[in-house]
Amino acid sequence: MTGSILPWALGFALACVSLAMLLSLFRLLRGPTLGDRILSVDTLTINVIALIVVFGVAEATQTYFEAALLLAMVAFVGTVAYCKFLLRGDIVE
Amino acid sequence: MNPVAEIAIAILLVMGGIFILVGSWGLARLPSLMTRLHGPTKASTLGVGACLIASMIYFPASGQPWSAHEMLITIFLLLTAPISANMIAKAHLHRQGHSIDPNPADGIPEGLPAPPTGDDWATFRGAESSRDD
Repeated sequence: MTGSILPWALGFALACVSLAMLLSLFRLLRGPTLGDRILSVDTLTINVIALIVVFGVAEATQTYFEAALLLAMVAFVGTVAYCKFLLRGDIVE
Repeated sequence: MNPVAEIAIAILLVMGGIFILVGSWGLARLPSLMTRLHGPTKASTLGVGACLIASMIYFPASGQPWSAHEMLITIFLLLTAPISANMIAKAHLHRQGHSIDPNPADGIPEGLPAPPTGDDWATFRGAESSRDD
């Protein structure tokens, strides 16, 4: 009986994350300010990290965790660089 | 696999999925950027955290070796989420203070109200003084 719970939960989580990515994409395209778009890209990357982790559990492989870790770092650096650019008009001074 | 572990993984995955969905729904629904910042923080801490805990239970329970990657991702996300939220809020505040991105839903359509003491908010003082040089 318990054998059917895990695939159902994995499908539910994947569907939720996909819907969340669509909502973030809506905010990314809609705007209206640049801060909204930066926040949408940040949220989109966090959703991608969750998608990779759930997909790794679904495939029963640990290969994808490096990609999630790299995305977490690149997302943080990218967000800070975008904000720095908005604040100062320059990234490296 | 152990049925208790399987049920725990399923509950954590469903919880994480719901939190991530609610976070992005808040991003799409809330009226201004300062309120929109509120939603994705739930997705990045509770949502991704629950998914990572589920994966931390899953791999030892299914007989594969334990890995530290989930722990690293959790720590990194928890460390960086407040910093990036602060940077986004600061950039938005400066643009709004200079009337670049006015939004009546923020309640501060024409710049910030003055602080009770001092000349101006410290963040604007720093920006102006460094902009002069």
